[in-house]
Amino acid sequence: MSLLEVRNISAGYGQFQALFDISLNLNEGAAIAVIGANGAGKSTLLKSIAGVVDVIFGEIIFDGESIVNLQPHERLNRGIALVPEGRRIFRSLTVDENLSIGAYSRRQGVWNRELVYEVFPMLAKLTDRRADKLSGGEQQALAIGRALMSNPRLLLLDEVSLGLAPIVVKKLYEILPRIRATGCSLIYVEQDTNQALSASEYAYCLLEGQVSLEGKPSDLSREQIASAYFGIGVNK
Amino acid sequence: MNWFNAIIQGVLVGGLYAMYATGLSVSFGVMRLVNLAHGDLAVGSAFIASTFCLATGLSPFLAIFVVLPLSALVGIGLQVAVFNRVVGVDPSYQIVATFGLSIAIQNVLLQQYAANPRALNIGEFGNQSLKLVGDDVVIGLFPLSRFVVAVLVLVLLSLFIGRTRIGRAFRATSDDPDIARLMGVNIRSIYAVAFAIAVTTVALAGIFNGMQTQFSAADGPALLIYAFESVIIGGLGSLWGTLCGGIILGISQTIGAEIDPGWKQLIGHLVFLIVLLVRPMGIFGKDELR
Repeated sequence: MSLLEVRNISAGYGQFQALFDISLNLNEGAAIAVIGANGAGKSTLLKSIAGVVDVIFGEIIFDGESIVNLQPHERLNRGIALVPEGRRIFRSLTVDENLSIGAYSRRQGVWNRELVYEVFPMLAKLTDRRADKLSGGEQQALAIGRALMSNPRLLLLDEVSLGLAPIVVKKLYEILPRIRATGCSLIYVEQDTNQALSASEYAYCLLEGQVSLEGKPSDLSREQIASAYFGIGVNK
Repeated sequence: MNWFNAIIQGVLVGGLYAMYATGLSVSFGVMRLVNLAHGDLAVGSAFIASTFCLATGLSPFLAIFVVLPLSALVGIGLQVAVFNRVVGVDPSYQIVATFGLSIAIQNVLLQQYAANPRALNIGEFGNQSLKLVGDDVVIGLFPLSRFVVAVLVLVLLSLFIGRTRIGRAFRATSDDPDIARLMGVNIRSIYAVAFAIAVTTVALAGIFNGMQTQFSAADGPALLIYAFESVIIGGLGSLWGTLCGGIILGISQTIGAEIDPGWKQLIGHLVFLIVLLVRPMGIFGKDELR
């Protein structure tokens, strides 16, 4: 059953339109990847779903209901959580307090502080440390943990690998199956295509605010992806 | 000259300045809003308290319990009607909106109460004092209790911001309002609570001020300056810094007055300018609200 359906949305910032007529479908429990170059509109797409960017035109259906007119906190209450690009943890709050803010909605579910610390053991010994004193990898783990505290049905991951050492990225991606195992659906946004494609069942490639390619990762050839990603060459 | 006495009096006045400044500190800390009508809200509250006392014949101390809940409502009302529209956009909108509000409040007060100064009469309590160190230091009971209340307000506020769920949301909103919204925080209600706190504390300060000295419709901007100076000396967004800032300003003024009665304001402003030059982020200046 379809959990999220994005129907022909256009969105942007003020006079600047970043997304043109984008449609996307996500089944309950699935993981999909949204890839594309810098500035292709990937982050804007996630922000439109989370509610911090206004949708100019089109519909977003979550769990059978339209959510385009809901405020971000109302969308979170329905189970949509975003791990923002650049981590954006609350710098002056401790690790523990960041997790508490994640649980602000009081949504019930399997995720709680203990489980987050179990899944991200690197955070467990830093509970009282101010978040701006953490390393990049720890901050990213905290940003994911914070989002999980809201017990999301849909987790939007924006450039989890950005600015992190490959070994740290690998570690974080190893944790994602555990998140899916709790029944949470995922949308990955990445510039690093390999990582995202290997972790998902379906992929969309964006180019200049439009879907330039979609399909199962196994069905997509390297050439197809390269041409859809950069907008060069000819689609076979 | 009695320096020790001047310092004690300065500390006690500083408590009042800190209470003026608390609301500015909170509204700036949580929503990056600089409210130029802050001082006028203090004067307005003192007038309302005075009206209440004249109408009922009750003590100004009882008026506090009427005016403060009213102030909280006024704060929420202003937030919904005015400030939600100017938070998070170009700061020039804030300046125009709050400056306009300041002029509007002053003129409503002028219309309603004319230009005559008023005071809140607290009777004998205003004259009672403790004498220390062989009569050299005289501490007024009222300034002392006012200082104690100011510290108490700051302690409660700091516990609220440091320990409670909503307080945590205050700090998260201060760090990153967009992400706070994404984490389920309704930042508009957070802003409304913050502004209710700001107006309530400044109303209390306005009433305390009126219990000691006369006030009139056009006094708001002068009070705003003291509040600004306290906040900036102490450091933006730091509540304890605000208390220290108020005390430093108070001491500077009383020491100035000790040197020459005409220098009271001057020395206060000079110390403020020196802090601004030497340590622009303020004494406890950090980028956080604690």
